[in-house]
Amino acid sequence: MDFNDTPGDAEYRAKAHAWLATAAAEYRDPPARAVSRGENVPESRKWQKIKHAAGYTGITWPKAFGGQGLSPMHSIIFNQEQSKYHAPTELFAIGLGMCIPTVFTHGSPALIERYVAKALEGEEVWCQLFSEPSAGSDLAGIRTKAVRDGDDWVIDGQKVWTTNAHLSDFGIIVTRTDPSAPKHKGLTMFIVDMHAPGVEARPLKQMSGGSDFNEVFFTGVRVSDSHRLGAVGDGWKVSLTTLMNERLAVGGKPGHAPGYRDLMALAARIETDMGPAIEARDVRQRIAATYIADEGIKLTQMRALSALSKGEAPGPEQSISKVVVAKTMQEMAAFALDLSEASGFTTTGGEPGIHKLQGSYMASAGLRIAGGTDEILRNIIAERVLGLPGDMRPDKDTPFNEIRAA
Amino acid sequence: MDFDFSDDAKALREQARKFFDERAGPAVARASMNGDATFDAQLWQAVVDLGWTAARVPEAHGGVGMTSEAACVLAEEAGRSLAPIPLAQALAATEALIALGTAEQQARWLPGIADGSVVAVTGWAEGGTASPAKASATVDGGSITGTKSPIADLAAATMAIVSAAGPDGPALYIVDLSGEGVGVAAIDTLDLVRRHGTLTLTGAAADPLGDAAGYHDWLDRAAILGSFEAMGTATAAMDMAVAYAKERTAFGQKIGRYQGVKHKCADMYIKLELARAHALHAAWAMEAGAPELRQAASAARVASLDALAFAAEENVQIHGGIGFTWESDCQFYYRRNRALVAALGSRNFWADRLVRSLEQRNRVAA
Repeated sequence: MDFNDTPGDAEYRAKAHAWLATAAAEYRDPPARAVSRGENVPESRKWQKIKHAAGYTGITWPKAFGGQGLSPMHSIIFNQEQSKYHAPTELFAIGLGMCIPTVFTHGSPALIERYVAKALEGEEVWCQLFSEPSAGSDLAGIRTKAVRDGDDWVIDGQKVWTTNAHLSDFGIIVTRTDPSAPKHKGLTMFIVDMHAPGVEARPLKQMSGGSDFNEVFFTGVRVSDSHRLGAVGDGWKVSLTTLMNERLAVGGKPGHAPGYRDLMALAARIETDMGPAIEARDVRQRIAATYIADEGIKLTQMRALSALSKGEAPGPEQSISKVVVAKTMQEMAAFALDLSEASGFTTTGGEPGIHKLQGSYMASAGLRIAGGTDEILRNIIAERVLGLPGDMRPDKDTPFNEIRAA
Repeated sequence: MDFDFSDDAKALREQARKFFDERAGPAVARASMNGDATFDAQLWQAVVDLGWTAARVPEAHGGVGMTSEAACVLAEEAGRSLAPIPLAQALAATEALIALGTAEQQARWLPGIADGSVVAVTGWAEGGTASPAKASATVDGGSITGTKSPIADLAAATMAIVSAAGPDGPALYIVDLSGEGVGVAAIDTLDLVRRHGTLTLTGAAADPLGDAAGYHDWLDRAAILGSFEAMGTATAAMDMAVAYAKERTAFGQKIGRYQGVKHKCADMYIKLELARAHALHAAWAMEAGAPELRQAASAARVASLDALAFAAEENVQIHGGIGFTWESDCQFYYRRNRALVAALGSRNFWADRLVRSLEQRNRVAA
């Protein structure tokens, strides 16, 4: 067992570290105020292009697709080094992490040629059009339909919780093309132009106050059959490629999210009527519990990475990450706000440390849902890792148009 | 980075798992509970013959000289099997002698531990509510006086490594149990499988083993082995719960299909995976002599106790009424949980030790 970088990894880290020291110098400090993704588009583009020119994009992608052809370890090392800065990376995360890998796994050579390089260079922004108002965890229950019309398909319906749809140039969309087939069998995936006539993205305001999500309406939107991903009726299988990549991408802790260090620092500053908060046993217990979760997930990912680097398939360890990360963030933030008494509640004035924890408390509720709810992820662990019987799904084999809507 | 055990350690783990699956487990634990023997002498001899008490002992002292990873995997398999033998104790004592012993002390004790002629145990507790950071036993001119209790497997032991008060806090001492001033008495505990005892020392000869700093270093190493032992026990409890959930039917379907049951099992797995990640990190820190040893050991200890308590308690719950009966095997894991907490100090002690080490690191960084 060796916890350190191999000589090759250490060399790559040193190179990335040195490059970032110059290239990312302007992102060394946190932004003076919270900036929404929308305001960040030009800045995100600029940073993506700088990285691309230096060979730090598509690190694990095949060279044939414009990637670097390196290992997941290299990608993680670069991300670890990049995370020491406050560079804007979120805008392209969905496109490069989930959509484009689906395009180059299931798309025609012409689609790969047209879209992959532009995404990599930060020219075009992508979104993932999956969830619908009546199809969240039960994703195969989507109703947005695509009907064949000559060389085109015509899409009608509504998507929701679509991150960055209002900023995107293209999306991958899963549609129902055969309502008489059971719900997992009648789906087909397409690339859709988000600027096409009939596409309307309406930002949703979240309970945290931010607006990263949208509801997206499709009215008679025409998509060429050449923009199909995978075979007609194979949309569920194609979606699983995206979802697997999604779970890898969203598994860890969000960059710069507060953790045990923030709780420790806060507890050291707070004076209670029984002395400094950090001396109280319950506070120390909570710091320990947060450390166990924060560091435990980091170490779990390193275990998975070690297995990957030895050519072993990544184990099911990853599936625990999101459950632990999101709930820990919520509990830790709630505990910190409790400790802070009134200043944990008021959002004007006060210290920036509190605002970060308040933000984390509000965001963690959504994090427990995005990319699979705590309940769905526990089902996955119980069924796929522990081999327990599958959940009751009485509609699984029923033709979709015979399933009774609630 | 290679964050996993070596192939040697993994091979040893497989061998130990196979052996304990055949020779130990709940049925053997039950026989021990119902019998009069203080430990399973036949099983113990087999373990000695397999060379497991010699695994960590340097070749110069008649051992195999494996890395500390060997002790970790053996502790885990001993914990998984509930084996009523003093293996975990031998591993903890060996670690103390290797880390803190002088050349003379190692030459005196390690060959006997390796060949089974010495059965070694360790103990810090004194029967009250004190933490591992305290000791009231005193040493005066090479003689130790005090009471150490509970000590697991004491009745089988021929040598004990115990803590006693020193100028800088507790330190360890070796006591030859065949000497003068040594009293051994059985005590009842919540763990009915592994027997515990009280060691009464009245001016017994005691040989100092390291200093106060060495004692704390040993405590960390023992905690790491204890974490692997607890994970082994927790894994066995989880496996038992999952197997039952797949087999038991209620309301017309297997209970493992209900999310209320399924999610408990998933949570057992989640807690175990977190514990495993910390325990592996701590095992690395121990072998590498890394500066984060205390932090890693404390985290492994807390995470593994969390995993074990949850698995042991919810295993009974998933079994329903049958799980609460004397005939069910659930009680062994439920009881062993208490034994493993008592062996090295509670979650409170170790959570505080973790935060203290984090504070210290912050001070160093600042």
